[in-house]
Amino acid sequence: MDPARKRQIRLVVALSAAVLLAVALIYTSFNAGTDAIEPSELMARADDGKSYDVTGKVADGSVERGTVTRFEILDRDGTEGAPVEYTGVVPDPFREGREVIVTGSLNEQGVLVAEKDSLITKCPSKFEEEFGDDPNVEIVGG
Amino acid sequence: MNALGAAALTAALLTSIYAGVAALIGARSGDRRWVDSSRRAFYALMGLMLVSVVCLEAAFLRSDFSLSLVANHSSTTTPTGYKLTAMWGSQAGSLMLWATVLSVAASSVLFATRHTHREVAPWATAVMAAIATFFLGLMMAGALFPSADTFPFLTLASPPPEGAGLTPLLRHPAMAIHPPMLYAGYVFFTVPFAFAIGALITRRLDASWIRSTRRYALIAWLFLTVGLALGARWSYSELGWGGYWAWDPVENAALMPWLTGTAFIHSIMIQERRGMLKTWNVSLIVATFVLSLLGTFLVRSGILQSIHAFGESKVGLPLLILIATVIIGSTILIISRLDDLRTERRFDSLLSRESMFLGNNLLLVGLALIVFWGTFFPLISELFTGQESSLAAPWFNRYTTPIAIGLLFLAGVGPLVAWRRVSLASVKRSLAIPLIAAVAVTGLLLLVGVDFEPLALALFFAAAFTITSVSQELWRGTSARRSLSGGSLPSAFASLISRNRRRYGGYIVHVGIAVMLIGVAASSSFQTSRDLRLQPGQEATVDEYTVKYDRAFTNLNTEEVSKEQKLAFGAVLSVWRDGEQVALLSPEREYYSGVAADPSAPIRSFFEGEATSEVGRTETASRDLWTAMQPDLSSFDALIDKGDSRYARFAATVPQNDPAAQAVLAQTQGELIRALGAEYEKQAPPADIRFNVNPFVLWLWVGVGISVLGALFALWPGAELRRRRVSDVYAARLARELSEV
Repeated sequence: MDPARKRQIRLVVALSAAVLLAVALIYTSFNAGTDAIEPSELMARADDGKSYDVTGKVADGSVERGTVTRFEILDRDGTEGAPVEYTGVVPDPFREGREVIVTGSLNEQGVLVAEKDSLITKCPSKFEEEFGDDPNVEIVGG
Repeated sequence: MNALGAAALTAALLTSIYAGVAALIGARSGDRRWVDSSRRAFYALMGLMLVSVVCLEAAFLRSDFSLSLVANHSSTTTPTGYKLTAMWGSQAGSLMLWATVLSVAASSVLFATRHTHREVAPWATAVMAAIATFFLGLMMAGALFPSADTFPFLTLASPPPEGAGLTPLLRHPAMAIHPPMLYAGYVFFTVPFAFAIGALITRRLDASWIRSTRRYALIAWLFLTVGLALGARWSYSELGWGGYWAWDPVENAALMPWLTGTAFIHSIMIQERRGMLKTWNVSLIVATFVLSLLGTFLVRSGILQSIHAFGESKVGLPLLILIATVIIGSTILIISRLDDLRTERRFDSLLSRESMFLGNNLLLVGLALIVFWGTFFPLISELFTGQESSLAAPWFNRYTTPIAIGLLFLAGVGPLVAWRRVSLASVKRSLAIPLIAAVAVTGLLLLVGVDFEPLALALFFAAAFTITSVSQELWRGTSARRSLSGGSLPSAFASLISRNRRRYGGYIVHVGIAVMLIGVAASSSFQTSRDLRLQPGQEATVDEYTVKYDRAFTNLNTEEVSKEQKLAFGAVLSVWRDGEQVALLSPEREYYSGVAADPSAPIRSFFEGEATSEVGRTETASRDLWTAMQPDLSSFDALIDKGDSRYARFAATVPQNDPAAQAVLAQTQGELIRALGAEYEKQAPPADIRFNVNPFVLWLWVGVGISVLGALFALWPGAELRRRRVSDVYAARLARELSEV
């Protein structure tokens, strides 16, 4: 076979491999992706058996620790919420009033059953507590 | 001193602007005086940055809370070492780090190339100056817009008496060095990027820009490797979930430039040796640099949800503009230079070193693309479907594991295959022993009863193959050397590897990666993890192990009662197998009284602030026993409230302005906490205990260590470099004399 033709074949093989990979990537990611929603949306979608990333605030006074940790997760504006049953490691900064993300699906009783270890607490605000907007900030040098 | 630091920073901004302008004038006019001046401006920039950093660090050491940065990220009770490292716990501090490392890297490369690259270097200087100006400008803009939080010397009109302190989670040796390592990795990629741009502009697209900057790519790779490993180590020993890698967006952000950087380090060898892949190489370094900027951007922007997302920040937009400028500018430049980037040769054969490198490049870049897609999928899906959707670890693993196995296999085949072309027969000869070894190891693993996990076994196969093939190469080289020059085996070996540090350093890195991946595969495929809930005296059985909760213990800072900072509740666990005790572990949970806490409820505030896990584990060659614990303190609520109300009643009687009485009050708080600790030891509540048996994790760290040593070995200036340096000097002298004629 002449080298130019050989190169062409190689290019076609390589390109089709790339296209196949890209298609697989796109297909599986849209398929396996977990939608991020708020608790009220979760309740609205009811028990379709799909897994969701639910983002919200831990309701005050709702946390009940045990082998299974129970708490209520509220929308950001604090109106609607969903009860959660969680097993696994409770992250260190987990606390009432904190914003958390938990992955799981709704069962027939309308309880969000979370996947093990899926609870994530948004990084402590203390880390970036800003004096920035503080009126008593003053510039030196510059 | 703060004023001095701020002044130095201002001067640094002006200097970097000057360096850029001077370099541009020099590059356009060819006037060496401008070029020399721009180079010297970079040395001055480095000096100014170092002065500024020293001033800032001095403020941290003095606990000077008139600086907003210090007040927000340090406190008088922060241990001295962590006062120094608290600088990069902040946004302004990390920008400072970026600019400082850049000034050091740029000065070093400009010094090394001062007699060479007469055409490329001025443009590269201008690029580096532009980037330095961007970061310095960002910092100085923070002086005008305090809410942007980018100016490190922002002062508070009324300094608080005590600072907020460094987040306890970050008080870990690995965390102290992890951020600067990652940043140094990102920043060092600026050097080859700048020279690539310079080479493109001047159409000097032979391999000389690569020869002068490849070391910087390797240094960047080394820093990124160490940074990634330290982050993994921190996660493993400080976060209570028991893993070292979670495909978290920010982890991915650091992994992507590592992957493309690794590809770059390999593919530039093809250009050096064969004059091929020129377009690919410049594109690869542009991509690596863009991914480095993206790494900085992701940490700071908060656009993706992650444990690292430090809250939303105002530097996101400027960084995004810089990234877009770099992408668009570089693409236009590359397209306009396609004629000059034409390859000098074509591939001779599929069985050649360059084909192996190309294969490794395609896999590495493919891996980077997959990680990129997965990381940004929440944004992609929102764009196309209007619904934010994210991908978890299983999705990543499905793609990355087979590719990692393929890469590992290539790491063993590559060294066996010569440049240009080899005969199938000679490849077969070289492959025989490594293949037999790999089959033998895999068979042995199955014989001793390792579970049939196809991917893990394939990885062990590839690792055994690669380690044997690299050892075979070393053995062949050594015996060839010995038959040439005689001498003992060790001295022949030493002379072999020191004569070609780059090649053999690279081989050592391959072995290190193989060992590391063995650790990753074994620990992720054969891990046992169990959650237990135990009280003192109880025990539980996990596979062949019995875990006994022997007793509860507390850990207080008792030296100064009034400065009670940390309260740790722990569990002493003994682990037994076949009636024999194999480990005694003491995981604990640490609670901190934040300064920002409620002063009227000093006991409660321990449990409202940040808590961290201190993992209890034993590390051995075959497995880690890993435990984390978390006491269920709900039964202590009443006791805590009682302590707080007792404190409040006493506090009401104590006059505010009487220091002696205040000291008594502080002491009371300490005593109340100690009473709580005593109660915990006596009547510990049930604790949630995670007990993991992680096989072979130790080899992950050992593998990284081997890779780091290999990379250091490759970097160490060898005979080759010294020779080149001398010839460079002669060449420069000749050029000068000729130009004077």
